Amino acid sequence: MSFATRGFSGRRGHADTRLPPGQTKVDKWPVLSAGPTPHVETAEWELTVQDETGTDHRWSWDELHALGVEDVTVDIHCVTHWSKLDMAWRGVSLDKILENIRSEHRYVMAHSYGGYTTNLPLEDLVGGKAWIATEAEGQPLQPEHGGPARLLVPHLYFWKSAKWVRGLTMMPTNDPGFWERYGYHVHGDPRKEQRYR
Amino acid sequence: MNTPPSTAQPVQHRMRSTWHTATIVETRAETPHSVRMTLAVPTWPGSEPGSHLDVRLTAPDGYQASRSYSIASSSPWGHVILAIDELPDGEVSPFLVNEARPGDTLEVHGPLGSYFVWRPGQSDRPVQLIAGGSGVVPLYAMAVAHDLAGDSTPFQLLYSVRTPADAFFAAELTELAGPSFQVTHAYTRQAPTGWSGTVGRLTRDSLAASTIPASERPRIYVCGSTGFTETVAAWLLDLGHATTDILTERFGGL
Repeated sequence: MSFATRGFSGRRGHADTRLPPGQTKVDKWPVLSAGPTPHVETAEWELTVQDETGTDHRWSWDELHALGVEDVTVDIHCVTHWSKLDMAWRGVSLDKILENIRSEHRYVMAHSYGGYTTNLPLEDLVGGKAWIATEAEGQPLQPEHGGPARLLVPHLYFWKSAKWVRGLTMMPTNDPGFWERYGYHVHGDPRKEQRYR
Repeated sequence: MNTPPSTAQPVQHRMRSTWHTATIVETRAETPHSVRMTLAVPTWPGSEPGSHLDVRLTAPDGYQASRSYSIASSSPWGHVILAIDELPDGEVSPFLVNEARPGDTLEVHGPLGSYFVWRPGQSDRPVQLIAGGSGVVPLYAMAVAHDLAGDSTPFQLLYSVRTPADAFFAAELTELAGPSFQVTHAYTRQAPTGWSGTVGRLTRDSLAASTIPASERPRIYVCGSTGFTETVAAWLLDLGHATTDILTERFGGL
């Protein structure tokens, strides 16, 4: 039940019909993370997908790129109320990475260098909705923005787009990741304002 | 979303967050560009030191704007204290700093965040707080809670500000300082009269000289702008602190 606050009219210079509820458009790209920024060389970087049998499937930096890099333009939405629209990204579709992974499990835990985790339903990672991103706005992804590679799942709040991603583990239940254990919503759909539990 | 979360991993204790109606009971200038605002929130469940909340303002035509602010208070008594820095091209902070006055009502959602918090009695390891500018707000809440709890954990605060006039909670921090809470200031532009230290941005060496050494394994809370936080966290790693001992919170998003 909202009510008007006396004297508030808003600036609205950044109003945009593409913004989900409670979001404000920004031009810069803010940085948020829970600890120091890990610095990972691409020569050492590796992506591991663990299937339900516990088998690891691995891609080096070059092997990842050999799967085919695509350009995508998407809007990103941070739970701290900012959105950045029409961002140009480059990355490898999760469809290509998960193509030959057989799993009955319906959930995935993303793991990062530095120890961060976040949970996602598998269905949010396939169907052209998610990427392992390595470039943004024409530049290699910088460490403070999750470089060398981060998950990019733009239809969910951006804490789901794990920075410094190193692995995806299939799991049978939707176990909470890092922020999800600290009170953030288990799914995080901006259109439904699924910010907090 | 039909599968309930597994109980395999512990879910952190936290206070249930929800929307509350808040009435401004007091505003006062905190620094030349910020306001300290006391809100009466009768339904507020209290908050852990370091947590934050969302403020939502609604215009007469239904337009809304929301922003996150750290909570300066940690009392459970139906009052919440915020200290809000004005972002010159902002939408919510200029309103709160320049327009809002006692008696006005607004909505708050919280308390939020149970990671960047300090809980009395959780550890006897020393605590190093490092703040840049208004980043001291959640760290001030921790220092107050530490004092109220009579917790004997050694606390230190390194507070970097441009000038003495830019320091938040200056009088309170001076009063809190004592045997178990040491406060060190770093002035980047102008120091108070009689200041014997140097003036200028922190360096790795000055950080090392004014914080608890890695050998004592402090738990470290860093809060400030992204540039401040990135720089300080990288220096702390250089100085031998473990990644897992460094908790960061940044502002500057909105």
